[in-house]
Amino acid sequence: MTPGQRRWMFGLGAAGLVAFYLWGLSGLPGFGNYPGPYGFVILHFAVRQTNATGIVSAVNFDYRGFDTVGEEFILFAAAAGTAVVLRRLRGECERSAVDEAADRDVPPTSGAVRMVALLFTGPVMVVGWWLASHAQTNPSGGFQGGVILATAFVLVYLAGEFLVFRRFSPIALTDAVEAVGAGGFAAIGLAAVAMGLAFLTNYLPLGQTPGAVSSSGTIALISFFVGLEVGAAFVLIVGELLDQTLSIRHGGG
Amino acid sequence: MMAYFPFVVVAWILGIGLYGIVTSRHLVHLIMCLIVVQSSTYVLLLGVGYVTGAVAPYFYDVPAHTPAVDPVVQALALTDVVVEAAVTALLLSFAIQAHKRFGTLDPQELASLKG
Repeated sequence: MTPGQRRWMFGLGAAGLVAFYLWGLSGLPGFGNYPGPYGFVILHFAVRQTNATGIVSAVNFDYRGFDTVGEEFILFAAAAGTAVVLRRLRGECERSAVDEAADRDVPPTSGAVRMVALLFTGPVMVVGWWLASHAQTNPSGGFQGGVILATAFVLVYLAGEFLVFRRFSPIALTDAVEAVGAGGFAAIGLAAVAMGLAFLTNYLPLGQTPGAVSSSGTIALISFFVGLEVGAAFVLIVGELLDQTLSIRHGGG
Repeated sequence: MMAYFPFVVVAWILGIGLYGIVTSRHLVHLIMCLIVVQSSTYVLLLGVGYVTGAVAPYFYDVPAHTPAVDPVVQALALTDVVVEAAVTALLLSFAIQAHKRFGTLDPQELASLKG
């Protein structure tokens, strides 16, 4: 198919899409007139039932916790998939004497980049943990916190180089942390089953003050484990992609 | 018209993303276009759940019965972002392997190759 034909095909499909979309729009209640009862029911009961003031986290880790288990394992599977797709191919080697020699020729990192990255690594780590442990309070949670935690490791890479990044995040340790994060979420849910409750029932004490760090029972705990899982998964993915810069150089193709 | 403006924005983002995918000459560009397509779903989800004059569904510093927007679609948007990040990482690693194997990242050249 030539690019011209391709564009024609796209135009045809797009015209159909526009027609159906407009038809669909005509049945919507319009922006700002949310009709569904589901959201309002949750808003009405969430603070009383879970003692969490962050209702999005309450939905993610409690009311729809089962979906979030699935979502977390999508990320788990993607990290594993990246590792499998980027495995060492024939003729590639990941470690070489050239890259690990003490007097190797490394392009120098700019002093400004190194300075900023080092300055930010600590604070970014703290912000990540803060987000992962305040899901019950405000717009934070394990997913956001985990990504920011992973960023701290990328800053280590920016300040130094890939081999330093690897020293800060050894693959075996990152794998273990990811497994603990993913398994912890499932284990919290299964503990409820062992107690004769439904999977992922919020069985921990909810605390006194809504939105306090100690409130909301399993929501806070699950968010913490999700933070571990997401952080480790992204460190693994970034590490796998950076690994390729070494492999490609030595693979010759 | 204003009542449907966010949904028109959704269609526009979806449309330019799809156009980018169809005409792409570089796999990394194609993956970025897929991200653009997926971004339209965030706008759609948040647009559907919006309530005029309502606050975000967080009651830390407002009374518990303040009118708020639908928290369920916001949770779905969060899910969406995570899945997108995972899919992007996986697709980028496929692009790396495609380049190693075939020496090109042009999808139209890749289509004419037999693996």
